[in-house]
Amino acid sequence: MIELLNIERVFLVGDEEVHALRQISFDVATGEYVAIMGSSGSGKSTLLNILGLLDRPDSGVYQLDSQRVSELDEDHLAEVRRHQIGFVFQFFHLIPRLTAFENVELPLTLAGVAPSLRKQKVTDALAAFGLRDRARHRPAQLSGGQRQRVAIARATIMEPKIILADEPTGNLDSSSGSEVINILEELNRLGITVIMVTHDHAIGARASRIIRMADGRIESDSRHR
Amino acid sequence: MRLNDFFLITFLSVREQPLRSFLTALGIAVGISAVVLLTSLGEGLHRFVLSEFTQFGTNLIAINPGKKSTLGVSGAVISNVRPLSIDDADALSMLPGVIKSQPVIQGNAAVEAGKRQRRTTVFGVGSDTPEVWQLSVAAGHFLPNDPPRNARPYAVLGSRLRKELFKQEPFLGKRLRIGGEVYRVIGGMESKGQMLGFDLDDAVYLPIAKAMSMFNRESLMEIDLLYDKDHSAESITIAASKMLKKRHGSEDFTITTQEQMLETLGSVLNILTIAVGALGGISLVVGGVGIFTIMTIAVNERRAEIGLLCALGASRQLVRLLFLGEAITLSLLGGLAGLILGVGCALGLALLVPALPIHTSWGFVAAAELIAVLVGLGAGVLPANNAASLPPVEALRAE
Ligand SMILES: Nc1ncnc2c1ncn2[C@@H]1O[C@H](COP(=O)(O)OP(=O)(O)OP(=O)(O)O)[C@@H](O)[C@H]1O
Ligand SMILES: [Mg+2]
Repeated sequence: MIELLNIERVFLVGDEEVHALRQISFDVATGEYVAIMGSSGSGKSTLLNILGLLDRPDSGVYQLDSQRVSELDEDHLAEVRRHQIGFVFQFFHLIPRLTAFENVELPLTLAGVAPSLRKQKVTDALAAFGLRDRARHRPAQLSGGQRQRVAIARATIMEPKIILADEPTGNLDSSSGSEVINILEELNRLGITVIMVTHDHAIGARASRIIRMADGRIESDSRHR
Repeated sequence: MRLNDFFLITFLSVREQPLRSFLTALGIAVGISAVVLLTSLGEGLHRFVLSEFTQFGTNLIAINPGKKSTLGVSGAVISNVRPLSIDDADALSMLPGVIKSQPVIQGNAAVEAGKRQRRTTVFGVGSDTPEVWQLSVAAGHFLPNDPPRNARPYAVLGSRLRKELFKQEPFLGKRLRIGGEVYRVIGGMESKGQMLGFDLDDAVYLPIAKAMSMFNRESLMEIDLLYDKDHSAESITIAASKMLKKRHGSEDFTITTQEQMLETLGSVLNILTIAVGALGGISLVVGGVGIFTIMTIAVNERRAEIGLLCALGASRQLVRLLFLGEAITLSLLGGLAGLILGVGCALGLALLVPALPIHTSWGFVAAAELIAVLVGLGAGVLPANNAASLPPVEALRAE
């Protein structure tokens, strides 16, 4: 479903060119569970942002479901993000003035879904992630693990085909971290493609495929299990 | 996105920082209330002055001695001025279209009735005064149409003077002593109130020739022409001017039509109202700068949120509209508060100082509200565009 060919990303810092991604080519099939690993500054986040259509490569071709998304205009990219991709971030990125319920509801609200359907979907999602009694809480009133579960509920509420997670456990203790990983694995079992950046080898090892990056290149790409 | 969700989300953002939103909206509120209050005063004054003028009717022309000229009046010209006379007034009444011609002089004198005495305004007028000045007789009659030079010594009292001199006692037929002469009261007027400082109620009306000799005047101060509605003020002016020029040999008089007075007065007052409104408008601009500042700060503070909205699939246009909506919500809230404040102040002022003419013109109010929304829009455009053009990756990195 994802095909990358010779993706390059170069940042200009002053006069200096920083090659964040060089000659990146790989495919991801539907339903895969991929961990992207590598040292800090190796280009993992840059790659994930391009996969999530938040950033554009400077060259190369990115096809999503056989569509050359690197050529779409902003509005179409927004539409693809809205319906196909769910994001989970290290710092949760919940909106502080909205309740857990409203945060999960936000993608539906932005997409113009009818309130009655929204209410039902969000209620179900909160229950599924064990957050039923936290619906009226604001992010500041939730633990880190709960916040990340709200964020995952939000990422899945539009029923996307892909979940992109950039260090989803980076800000969590090990028990809430493994809780979050369990949820992502459960989503993957339901058929959602999961691509996750992580520094944690134990977590990376649980994925069915590990892509290792170094200095903007793919160092290794291994499948196991 | 649904419209009510849009309003809810912008409203939640504005509500999130109540103090800050309050202070920001306050700028607009002060501007709007200033516009509403000041234009209410201006418009009230406008109406007050216009009604003062039109209480004498609108088809009236005044003729005064002396030529008003933009070049000024030289001494030589003044010596050439022939006084306006009662004969002039009589001649003018013959003009086609002129219904009545009213000679006027005015002065001050003490009026004695038995033991009571009062200094008051004396109007020397003709018999047609009630019709020309739109006054009504409350009791008795107005001055009869005697030949001017043989007028009987009759007097008619304004309502205030009547009360001062006679209280509730009967007054018709009573004798008055004015300037050493004795007059008989034959009528009393209804109350008319003030007209630009002249109290028409604290006055006595005497036959014109009697008043002229009392004040030792050879000439009239004014001739008022009441003309037929079917004739234009202009045609009457031209005819009257022609006749007087013939009689006097030169244009040594000034004709003022009611329309001219109303027009110049109206335009002066309009300028006043607009100037005063513009003054309030300046505070609106200051309010707009406040919104601009706060929205710029808000966009900066909420970069991560903007990135998130992009990640969730919000289009740039939607991000722009959300921030624009916030700016407009602020200005609209300020506008409504200002409206309530301004109208409240106007009403309060009207209650406290009943003499103050206050009239809230809803046209100005609507214009002020519209300007408030436009100010919000204008102040929000740049910050909203900044928000929309933020690269999502950059925005998400902020935190
Ligand atoms: N907007 C940018 N402008 C300039 N340089 C950038 C920008 N974004 C990323 N880079 C550079 O690109 C390289 C890759 O950055 P990236 O954030 O992808 O690394 P990463 O693998 O996610 O690191 P970490 O594990 O620390 O998150 C780094 O050298 C970084 O400095
Ligand atoms: Mg990173």
